[in-house]
Amino acid sequence: MAHSGYQQRRRRIAWILVAPALLLLALAAGWPLVRTFFFSFTNAMLDNPSEYQMVGLANYYAANGGDSRGVLVDPLWWQAVGNTLWFTVVSVGLELLFGMLLALLMNQKFRGQGLVRTAILVPWAIPTIVSAKMWGWMFHDQYGVVNDLLAKIFGYQAHLAWIAEPSLSMWAVVIADVWKTTPFMALMLLAALQLIPTDLYEAARVDGASAWQRFKRITLPLIMPAMIVALIFRIMDAMRIFDLIFVLTSNSEATMSVSGYAREQIISYQDMGVGSAASVLVFMMVAGIAACFIRVSRLNEKEKR
Amino acid sequence: MKTTRRQRKFGHHLVIYAGATLAVLFCVFPFYYAILTSLRTGQELFLPSYLPSGYHWHNYVVALVDNGIARSLLNSVLVASVTVGICLLVAITASFALARVPFRGRKFLLFTILCVSMFPQVAVLTGMFELVRFLGLYDSLGALVLSYTTFSLPFTVWVLTTFMKSIPVELEEAAIVDGAKTWTIIRRVFAPILAPALVTTGLLAFIGAWNEFMFALTFIISGDKRTVPVAISMFSGASTFELPWGSIMAASVVVTLPIIILVLIFQKRIVSGLTSGAIKG
Repeated sequence: MAHSGYQQRRRRIAWILVAPALLLLALAAGWPLVRTFFFSFTNAMLDNPSEYQMVGLANYYAANGGDSRGVLVDPLWWQAVGNTLWFTVVSVGLELLFGMLLALLMNQKFRGQGLVRTAILVPWAIPTIVSAKMWGWMFHDQYGVVNDLLAKIFGYQAHLAWIAEPSLSMWAVVIADVWKTTPFMALMLLAALQLIPTDLYEAARVDGASAWQRFKRITLPLIMPAMIVALIFRIMDAMRIFDLIFVLTSNSEATMSVSGYAREQIISYQDMGVGSAASVLVFMMVAGIAACFIRVSRLNEKEKR
Repeated sequence: MKTTRRQRKFGHHLVIYAGATLAVLFCVFPFYYAILTSLRTGQELFLPSYLPSGYHWHNYVVALVDNGIARSLLNSVLVASVTVGICLLVAITASFALARVPFRGRKFLLFTILCVSMFPQVAVLTGMFELVRFLGLYDSLGALVLSYTTFSLPFTVWVLTTFMKSIPVELEEAAIVDGAKTWTIIRRVFAPILAPALVTTGLLAFIGAWNEFMFALTFIISGDKRTVPVAISMFSGASTFELPWGSIMAASVVVTLPIIILVLIFQKRIVSGLTSGAIKG
């Protein structure tokens, strides 16, 4: 009896314990988000945000006789959306592939295992800006080591302008991002792999299952939940990419992401209204994808039961 | 039969070691090349080669002193430490309640906190700009501490909660039987067990704050208040025609080395921290 009384008292205290964190979160995240939504319906400018008029949905879309304006009819916005989606699909896809290979490798017993584990933490630990600069130097069209390696290993002598050439610059961003974040994916998957009981594999081997069959029938289903969570994290991260592109390719139109577009509207053009509208759209894109994933994983859980 | 099995085993090993070598090379090479570049000057810089040719520390002096990287390092340490301190302080009690007390609305709170940690930063940029101005924090390091709370706090609460959930109930029950109050339990029972978790979480949050770019770029205009990522992104040389790659790489090495050393020291814990943050979610 005394115990339940204790739990009841603690339940009351719980809110007091959570309160400071909640208040701080409300101040630093909740309120700014609400204000961003609000500003997206105004024509506020950055140099004087207190003077504004409500303009309704005009920052998103406004038909004005023959010509319309707003973020939703800006070709650059759609280019940014395309860039972001392309980047997300290609780079997360490559990361999943390489991360899986790396995790399977690290899950084997071999000498120097610790060394591999240490080595893959290096890209993860390097600040994004630093990696952007490092890759910027390596991708240099004349003196870059990437072109040099292409020439030395494959005999491919073209001096590719990785950063300046629009068709290549997105690949430069993808390569730099894959380099930096594959380790994270590999560690996530490795942690899941290590939870699989080994006797499952032995039983399968006795039954004469091939390596590919063992991977498809045992490994993949068992690490699926962890893989989905890691994928969600990575996809959300990729969707909001900004700093790598801003520094590596100076936010050029060929590589501009939706976050880069929104920030350019706010800071470079000082247009808080349009910029906020773009920010809200970025938020909705990310939230929409999160909601989809949550639905899918819930459905999966139900199916299992 | 026996030889084929041995051959197969040999082939298996060959694949593993080839893969491992390739992975290590791919991961470490860019940083190795940055160090190599940072030790070169003049014409040497523009001839790609893969072994050190000389040791010129000149680039480091230029980066640290002339370009103010030393000052930015100090700013970054300050901002990241204060952010982590504040976040850990409020996250400890919050995560205790979220992990150990079955109160109403707990699931909803946890879910909200997870959602906040996934905000695209740009979504709060205008609102944060207004708030920072209103509080008189524009162009001060305080603006960064405030804005970094947006992503550091949800992260620390989330990871600490998963850590606290893994502590056995028996420990807590023993303390309750001994008549300990909630606060005493947090302080005397949980804090000591959690010390490693606190170090891990703090370190991860520190790295997050150390690397942040968008807020630091937006809320700071004075050169002497820049954090490390912004300072590196704005690195400029004496001539406008050619970027001083030697000093840029020197600066890059300087700001990365402390993090790499920390990460290597706390390697095991970092991995467990990273995975507990995501997988158990």
